[in-house]
Amino acid sequence: MIRPAGVAVVDGLSASLITAGPGPGPAPVEVDEPTDDTHVDPDVPWIVLVWNDPINLMSYVTFVFQKLFGFSLEKATRLMLDVHEKGRAVVASGAREKCELDVFRLHEHGLWATMQKDS
Amino acid sequence: MRRRPVRRIGRNRDGTFTIELPDEERGLLEALVPQLREMLVDGTDPGLRRLFPTAYPDDAERDQEYAALTHDELLSKRLADLDTLEQHARAERLDEEQAMQWMGAINSLRLVLGTRLDVAEEMDEPDPDHPDAPAFAVYSYLSFLLENLIDAASN
Repeated sequence: MIRPAGVAVVDGLSASLITAGPGPGPAPVEVDEPTDDTHVDPDVPWIVLVWNDPINLMSYVTFVFQKLFGFSLEKATRLMLDVHEKGRAVVASGAREKCELDVFRLHEHGLWATMQKDS
Repeated sequence: MRRRPVRRIGRNRDGTFTIELPDEERGLLEALVPQLREMLVDGTDPGLRRLFPTAYPDDAERDQEYAALTHDELLSKRLADLDTLEQHARAERLDEEQAMQWMGAINSLRLVLGTRLDVAEEMDEPDPDHPDAPAFAVYSYLSFLLENLIDAASN
């Protein structure tokens, strides 16, 4: 079987381990609040953040925003540029369950998304 | 973003995608798929971290719950995307769902390769004799192909 040029080296895809690089989002901080949902005001809104990353293409991020949230090209592009220029952008907000689903859909598409309580 | 002149992927009136890739590029895709599949099934390579991101950076407990809830689903989606790319790597036409799965698989490959190469936003290509040069060339090719898919999907 003929192997296409370049493939032999890509065998190294799993060979070298990534040991450095930024973790997703800011460093974890100590949170004293109770994590039990029953003690948390259910009305406190959450926000979904998408973070700038050096891998995802700008056109891809715009495309995913349109696909997942039904944004116009203009709105999706503006949010993408916010992510690119400011390092992050809020793309959704609301109840925790809804935000978690949005984060999951963004993760499915390979975007670097996190969520936190709106403050 | 560097642009190459040749358009590989087009969109038809009926929503399907026309794929015009040279055989060696199709062969490259077929060769990459099992490598990522093996990494995913093994699951221990830190290069996979961009495929299973953190949802709650401020709350380790909730993040563990999120990971427990979503990991298998994320994993099966990645694997299903790879299966479609592999099975249809020689296809001349894709329906919309298959094209979206191509897109997902290609982006997964880019995320893992880009993580391993530690790519930065403003980055020169490595010298041709640098050990990373071939992997970087594959990464650039996948970027080009993804850009083509997005262009076609946006029409």
